[in-house]
Amino acid sequence: MTSPKGRDRSAPRGALRRRAIPYFLLGPGLIWLLLFFVVPLYFMGRLSLESGSLETGGFEFTWEWSNYGHALGDYQDRFVRSFFFAGSATVIALLIAYPLAYAIAFRGGRWKNALLFAVVAPFFTTYLIRTLAWQTILSDDSPVVSTMQTLGLLGDGGRLLATDGAVIAGLTYNFLPFMVLPIYASLERIDVRLIEAARDLYSSARTAFWRVTLPLSAPGVVAGTLLTFIPASGDYINAEFLGGTNQAMIGNVIQSLYLNLRDFPSAAALSFTLMAVILIAVFIYIRFAGSEALMGEEAEKAK
Amino acid sequence: MTEPSVRLEAVTKAFGDLVAVRELDLDIPQGEFFTLLGPSGCGKTTTLRLVAGFEQPTGGRVLIEGSDVAGMPPHRRPTNTVFQSYALFPHLNVRENVAYGLRRKKVGGDEIKRRVEAELERVGMAADINRRPNQLSGGMQQRVALARALVNLPKVLLLDEPLGALDLKLRKGLQLELKRIQREVGITFVYVTHDQEEALTMSDRIAVMNQGRVEQIDAPAQVYERPATTFVAGFIGVSNLMPGQVTRASSGRGQVRLDSGVEFETATDGIGSGERCHAVVRPEKLEITPVDSSQGASATGDPSSARIRPGPTGSEAGRAQDGRPTIDGVVEASVYLGTATQIVVVLPGDVRMTVLVPNADEAERARLPGGGAPVRLSWAPEHIHVVRESAGAPAPDAGDRAPVAETSK
Repeated sequence: MTSPKGRDRSAPRGALRRRAIPYFLLGPGLIWLLLFFVVPLYFMGRLSLESGSLETGGFEFTWEWSNYGHALGDYQDRFVRSFFFAGSATVIALLIAYPLAYAIAFRGGRWKNALLFAVVAPFFTTYLIRTLAWQTILSDDSPVVSTMQTLGLLGDGGRLLATDGAVIAGLTYNFLPFMVLPIYASLERIDVRLIEAARDLYSSARTAFWRVTLPLSAPGVVAGTLLTFIPASGDYINAEFLGGTNQAMIGNVIQSLYLNLRDFPSAAALSFTLMAVILIAVFIYIRFAGSEALMGEEAEKAK
Repeated sequence: MTEPSVRLEAVTKAFGDLVAVRELDLDIPQGEFFTLLGPSGCGKTTTLRLVAGFEQPTGGRVLIEGSDVAGMPPHRRPTNTVFQSYALFPHLNVRENVAYGLRRKKVGGDEIKRRVEAELERVGMAADINRRPNQLSGGMQQRVALARALVNLPKVLLLDEPLGALDLKLRKGLQLELKRIQREVGITFVYVTHDQEEALTMSDRIAVMNQGRVEQIDAPAQVYERPATTFVAGFIGVSNLMPGQVTRASSGRGQVRLDSGVEFETATDGIGSGERCHAVVRPEKLEITPVDSSQGASATGDPSSARIRPGPTGSEAGRAQDGRPTIDGVVEASVYLGTATQIVVVLPGDVRMTVLVPNADEAERARLPGGGAPVRLSWAPEHIHVVRESAGAPAPDAGDRAPVAETSK
């Protein structure tokens, strides 16, 4: 094998193997995605165009586009509400997460890892249990409500549960770590000498933040808002446990169409519509708030 | 009499128990290229950061153009910094990096454009004005960082090892360019480096720092030719130190007797009679001659041994016919450096001396003594110089005989 001849023979095979390595690495992920995303997506898409009902002998593929018309027409208010709740939760989570991530990244010192652990700690309890805990906290006979009533923050008979605020608070709480972690990661990477350079170049601490720290952490903010907004828009757990009938989100509709009404085609059409709307919203967001717009701000102004 | 550009009065900076800078006094006149030179951890960067305003002194005063800048944040100081890692803003292109300071000062758009372009022209980066820092090489980034600081016309420009990350050849070119730009703009430069050669090349004056103190402030030639302490002698160039004692001193001159027995008269620079001292001779000032074993008093022993005793002390022993002091030893190693050959000679008392012989003549180089050969070192009386022992710090390892050109790390 160590003879030059042997090496010569193995060289092309070795090169081939090296070129194949990326595909081996991609393989499991691609197969996973194909089996559990693309294939179901295809069947869902097909389902969304079927008609019929379980009672009348099942569904049939009939290019039933009216499913989509119904989805948009019948549940428009719930679409709007879903995006309003998800948007509010994202904004509030950002306002809480940015200072928190900043403090951990720049002032955390030796407590950094402990603080990060504290951010992730709620994940050790399941999503459902966490939301049920909020239900207990906000319920009509909870100490929180009676204290707020005593203080006059809440009118007699006023409630926290089954309000918009309760659902938004629940969404904010449940997705906060998804906001904190990417922002922390992008802040952590910033070379403090860049901030010193800004200070050296006549920027007050505040100006240095707006001109250097914030633009450099923009990728984390974009990632965090997407990771919060997208799952929050399709969420139904928070509205289910913390909201009333007036807080139903699009996720609740899909769930009830599927599990209660067994109207699979409508549920599938609604899911597809939700996906499309989110995709469009994300696309617009990235176009305007994505890296180039945020990062090149000053360069744009110079032109 | 104009105010000095930068003045430090008994400045001390402690980080908890660690004292980074001790009772430092400095006066840097307007327009000077002033270098803080020392090993890492000597307090040179901390000193720079005290002037920039990134650190506040725990004692003493920092004055810039006569006014005390205590408590003044960096963005209000008339100083700009060129950072070791350049610290260019990655989200801004070259033009916006350079314009950054002027924008904060609310300079008009047309003037910003003009000044930014002129400054980039000066550093030779005009063609790359729309590129991002990550598209530039280290040397190019360094030029942009320089332009970004200079465009603001600071009273004082602070440079923290700006060439540290560049390769040797690029560094040499940029050294000369930095010096040219400094002359051109006439701004006071305070330059921090651990590279003695860089300091000697560029500076008007050098402050050699060690353990938070200044050991010597002088012009480059003075620092090199007449080091004040063993530390300076060792840090600048090769530490050819021979221990001894001042036996007699009056009005600046005196008699020095080395432990090897050699005696000579020289300027003692305030070292009193009876005090211990070291004698320094620079490697290129030493002359080396092979000792013929038939006549050399010291060559009778085993030539491979480093423990050669000097001849009987007396007027004859340490003195050649022409009156030059001499000392005998044994060659330990000989290294070819290109322009010169470096020979390490072991003297009695395990003192190592480095001799640098220019490689002018191929035939002469062939005659240079090899390892183990007994040799005699001599020097002109004016080339030996006595220094005092550095306070606190041990002299740099005399056993470290790295070639002169590469002592910088």
